[in-house]
Amino acid sequence: MKMISTILTSSLVGASLFLSVAGSAIAAGGGGADLEHFTPVRTDKSLQRGAKVFVNYCMGCHTADYHRYSHFARDAGLSDTAVVENLIFTTDADGEASKIGSLMSNNMTAEYGKQAFGAVPPNLALTARSRGVDWLYTYMKSFYLDESRPLGANNKVYPQVGMPHALADLQGWQVPVYEDDGDGGEKFVRFQQVTAGSLSADEYDDTITDLVSFLDYLGDPNREARHSLGIKVMLFLFIFLIIAVLLKKEYWKDVPHNA
Amino acid sequence: MSKPSNLLSWIDERIPLTNTWNKHVGQYYAPKNFNFWYYFGSLALLVLVLQIVTGIFLTMNYKADGDLAFKSVEYIMRDVNWGWLIRYMHSTGASMFFVVVYLHMMRAIMYGSYKKPRELLWIFGMLIYLVLMAEAFMGYLLPWGQMSFWGAQVIISLFGAIPFVGDAITLWLRGDYVVADSTLNRFFALHVIAMPLVLIGLVFVHIIALHEVGSNNPDGIDIKEKKDANGKPLDGIPFHPYYTVKDLVGVTVFFIVFFAIVFFAPEMGGYFLEHANYIPADPLKTPEHIAPVWYFTPFYAILRAVPSQFGGVIAMFAAIAVLFFLPWIDRGPVRSVRYRSNAYKLILTLFVIAFIVLGYYGMQPVTPAGTVISRLCALMYFGFFVALWFISGDEKTKPLPERVNY
Amino acid sequence: MATDHVAPGKDGNPEGVDKKRRRLLTNTAGVVGAAGALSMVVPFVSSMAPSARAKAAGAPVEIDISKLEPGERVIVEWRGKPVWVLRRTEDLLGSLDIVKDELRDPDSDDSDQPAYAKNEYRSRDSQPEVLVMVGICTHLGCSPTFRPEVAPADLGDDWQGGFFCPCHGSRFDIAGRVYKGVPAPTNLEVPPYYYMTENRILVGEDGGQA
Repeated sequence: MKMISTILTSSLVGASLFLSVAGSAIAAGGGGADLEHFTPVRTDKSLQRGAKVFVNYCMGCHTADYHRYSHFARDAGLSDTAVVENLIFTTDADGEASKIGSLMSNNMTAEYGKQAFGAVPPNLALTARSRGVDWLYTYMKSFYLDESRPLGANNKVYPQVGMPHALADLQGWQVPVYEDDGDGGEKFVRFQQVTAGSLSADEYDDTITDLVSFLDYLGDPNREARHSLGIKVMLFLFIFLIIAVLLKKEYWKDVPHNA
Repeated sequence: MSKPSNLLSWIDERIPLTNTWNKHVGQYYAPKNFNFWYYFGSLALLVLVLQIVTGIFLTMNYKADGDLAFKSVEYIMRDVNWGWLIRYMHSTGASMFFVVVYLHMMRAIMYGSYKKPRELLWIFGMLIYLVLMAEAFMGYLLPWGQMSFWGAQVIISLFGAIPFVGDAITLWLRGDYVVADSTLNRFFALHVIAMPLVLIGLVFVHIIALHEVGSNNPDGIDIKEKKDANGKPLDGIPFHPYYTVKDLVGVTVFFIVFFAIVFFAPEMGGYFLEHANYIPADPLKTPEHIAPVWYFTPFYAILRAVPSQFGGVIAMFAAIAVLFFLPWIDRGPVRSVRYRSNAYKLILTLFVIAFIVLGYYGMQPVTPAGTVISRLCALMYFGFFVALWFISGDEKTKPLPERVNY
Repeated sequence: MATDHVAPGKDGNPEGVDKKRRRLLTNTAGVVGAAGALSMVVPFVSSMAPSARAKAAGAPVEIDISKLEPGERVIVEWRGKPVWVLRRTEDLLGSLDIVKDELRDPDSDDSDQPAYAKNEYRSRDSQPEVLVMVGICTHLGCSPTFRPEVAPADLGDDWQGGFFCPCHGSRFDIAGRVYKGVPAPTNLEVPPYYYMTENRILVGEDGGQA
């Protein structure tokens, strides 16, 4: 009686809890490397540094044209002028510098992109949400020298990638090191640096941290606002719940129990 | 007479305002022993209203055009004031609609609310469920992401399994050789106007049917059989204020869950908003793993469990269709699970387990073990109805109480 | 209690019920609930206000007037509306005094303009001959035509040059001031603007020189 419905209740509630707690794995796009765990940094300084890398190294080919410079300026604690002077290198259709209110688009045509890289370089505004930040972080650290590729670079996370290693100047070049996997084949174990870049390994990691944190911001720019408003809404609802429960109890005093 | 009551009688002489209020709220006597499971009807109505309101505001900025749709969703998320809140409320509302409706249906099955005289009530409810599935499916195409596109491609292709006319039907449904701008446009029309109209109509009839026969209750006994001197059921209480204040508690708890998702986990780990849907639709490239949104997965698992295209489609539709016949498959007179046999309790538990496990495997990529388990659960799913027919024919039930347990 | 179920209606409350407490709780729930519902209305209403895109498209507009001859007018788009920039001749400026008595609001007391344009010329002091004005009739939103000629056949002998709205016949002088006896209620609107340099105007901002 009561018990069976309790069991059913708990199994259904349990199922919905399972749905809510279990996070599904994001399709990683294949690849042989395990993904490194990455926690985005959300500080103004990190966002500003990440944006600088993004507009300098990524926006030549990739766009983020769902998002506006002005929106970023507001979220990263920058003045419009600071963004115009330091971060806007693109031009609009008339050949004038993009305005602060413009979308973060670039001037590369889809046809050119297709010709140069085999595929149009994707819009990066939502990549943190489709691929996840772990993927992005590992991907940016997994380019290696591969003469067999048209652009001289390959990637452990995204084999046969069409993109060149855009940050090779900073990172330098690395090659994968394989070991016997004891099963007749070989497995990838680590990278070995072959030429130095302008940054040390630690500095490069910091740069990628800022860049991926910026991409994380681009994917979900309103997260902070959402969370802070969410806490207020929760607080309000819990207070209202107390009132509602008291009100219900008060009225239900009228309803007599059966013997 | 004071002015307001003058106005009220002026209105009442022209339309039955007070009468309607009394019939459906003020003097609607509901059993006093409603438990947790009885919150979900009013919650479903609440979610319907939320979806309609948020949906109207989304259409103000959404563009139903293959070239513009994806970007217009991001426009809503970033450029429109509070657009992200409205959009997340709508996407969360879609999933919560099914959470609420599944629990509502579970309640009806558990307490035998589909049995005489509530057969039509149940059938209207099932129609609501069907239309809701169509509504959700069409809505899911609109963001025009990869999952939207390929999900629609797969589901529409199901109709291709129909012998002889299948291909012609899928072509007609899409209006193009693949899911395309024309498909998006018609799905938009159906999603924002056709389906909601049907849904509202069906919900109206569902409520009228309920208020005609009266609400069932966890004991499954008829409260109208014991009445007081005024002809009011002894175990009944007016819906207002008793159930309005009680539902207010339910609504508040629901909002806590709902807004916790909206504000803190709108993607729900990829179950409410799938990761691949953040990539614009690309007719040339299927995502590596496609699965329907969670609320379709039990039926999707049944589809995949059958090793034949046509058979799978038939099994999937049969899994929904069989529910329509529940009032006649279940032959027993006792409604509530509380007074039914242990055999019934066992098959009902297995049925629920099968449904949940099917839902889980419907989300997973195909594996040999998954296929075996899905087949087993599909058999358990249909087996429930077969076993129910036999068990309920001559069931050893417990004696029903004179009055409700409260 | 005598009956098993509750008595219906608001006056039938069983004995022993604390009516005060009940009313207090009902009112509290009503007020708090209404506050919640009201705050939920805010996002929906404000979602209909101009979006970031509309605001970006409505950003201030720059105009170069170095090549604008006396008597010549250019039209630029600001927030989707036509903005006229007109360099008036001496004759046209002279007409402003002549028509003064026939105007409804000659001193622009009831009309929309920044404080620096509330003068006879309805323009900034530094270049009074340059008129910057929103070319939308204050009656029902048509765009008036530019009629600088004196006494044309269709507008009559008294016409000293100005703007004429073809939709409903409203007449304005060469400073956009409305005549008496026409449907338009107020003078044409002057938008905020300022001179970035002598020959470059920014429409849409005061430049802190208001």
